[in-house]
Amino acid sequence: MISLDIQKKLLGIDLEIDLEIKTGDFIALSGKSGSGKTTLLRILAGLEDAHGSIKIENEIWLDAKVKKAIQEREIGFVFQDYALFENMNVEKNLLFVSNDKELCEHLLKITHMSDYKNSLPSQLSGGQKQRVAICRALMRRPKLLLLDEPLSALDPQTRLSLQSELLTLHNEFKTTTILISHDPSEIYKLASRVIVLDAGKVINDGKPKDILLKTKGSQKLSFSGELLDIKKVDIIYIAVIAIGQQIVEVVINEDEVQNLKVGDLVTLSTKAFSPQIRKI
Amino acid sequence: MSELEFTPFILSFKLAAITTVLLFILSIPLAWWLSQSTSKSKPFFEAITALPIVLPPSVLGFYVLIALSHNSPIGAFFEDVFGIKLVFTFSGLVVASCFYSLPFMVQPLQSGFESLNKNMLEASYISGKSRFQTLLFVALPNIKPAILTATIVTFAHTVGEFGVVLMVGGSIPDETKVASVAIYEMVEIMDYTSAHIYSAIMLIISFIVLLGVYIFNHKYKTRFSKI
Repeated sequence: MISLDIQKKLLGIDLEIDLEIKTGDFIALSGKSGSGKTTLLRILAGLEDAHGSIKIENEIWLDAKVKKAIQEREIGFVFQDYALFENMNVEKNLLFVSNDKELCEHLLKITHMSDYKNSLPSQLSGGQKQRVAICRALMRRPKLLLLDEPLSALDPQTRLSLQSELLTLHNEFKTTTILISHDPSEIYKLASRVIVLDAGKVINDGKPKDILLKTKGSQKLSFSGELLDIKKVDIIYIAVIAIGQQIVEVVINEDEVQNLKVGDLVTLSTKAFSPQIRKI
Repeated sequence: MSELEFTPFILSFKLAAITTVLLFILSIPLAWWLSQSTSKSKPFFEAITALPIVLPPSVLGFYVLIALSHNSPIGAFFEDVFGIKLVFTFSGLVVASCFYSLPFMVQPLQSGFESLNKNMLEASYISGKSRFQTLLFVALPNIKPAILTATIVTFAHTVGEFGVVLMVGGSIPDETKVASVAIYEMVEIMDYTSAHIYSAIMLIISFIVLLGVYIFNHKYKTRFSKI
């Protein structure tokens, strides 16, 4: 069990978080930028100061008297920009953390990086670098794995394969994990619990299914997207909406046009039809 | 034309080599601290470090001379305890050069450290490594161009020293008469031929050294930006 109750003044917002996390859980942390997600991870890692308390199992990492050094907190941290040791090859990046050759080989094998163990970080692609960073974070067999938007800079295909590798690793190591992510499908696939932050406070906390599913009442399908354009064609209006990576066009009436402007975030939902699913 | 002798050059390069090694060792902790510190006293130390760039060499030389003379506590201490006389000796030149060239070592190292990805250093702390281990195994190996620039520029700057050397060391043959001082004396006695030869040698060596640094840095940068 991890219990934390922390407060910190940030620019414009007060971060106040009181949470309990079960050992072995995979938590997704979501919320707008500037809501305090990264700061929360950095406080857990000891990279930033805060008031309050952090307790992991029976170990106190932070309270009024104690502030455990970064080096002594057994954590793994994966940064969005990989942050690999540029002067060391892949294998040395891992062994620098802990000289456990067996674990190093095993991790590289799971992430399909064994062939690259002698490469320098500068010779790797983004996805490969992030695999190395994830392996490196696990080399200490950490009690807590913190992932700060590790996949957001990668292309969709690479994201998918890294997501399943993360899942494999989590199933094997059972490390308590907190992942910052904005991607609903990623959260749904990986996490068993979602915590949504806004302006430094928890505004939503629950199972991914309950929080991510946007349908209300009798709606069958509901998507959120951004209104890109409203075109007038003869007597009707067509709204162009970006949903995820897709662009869709929807007919709307004049009343609806009055309330919308380009750039609005909108939900698009429908009731009575039976959608068909086909593999592409 | 007086007979050409190479002792002044040897002295210049010996002085520069010793100064560079000493300053490298002393400057790494200072530059690391300056690059990582958020302390309020940081600008104060940065200003002190940069002073030798702004001060006329005569001012710096004057203070060093006063500080090292046997009338001052520092000079007296060295003379009494170690039996080392620091004024008008080679040892004194080394001390003076260390002050004079300090910014040329500290500043490139500091900006090298500052250019490092902060997350990379944090990743090292998270891996359980101390600040010292991080400095040694992560920070230093990743700022090779800055280290090269710092050492070469310090070396070159010490070779090119004149005012401070003259103030603190005078011009004692085989002891403190370095190349720049020798050239000054040749011009003074209107031995232009020797001055020409000495100056040309200095010019060529300096150019080759700097060219080497820039070629290395260029290659290093292109190697790492090829991703």
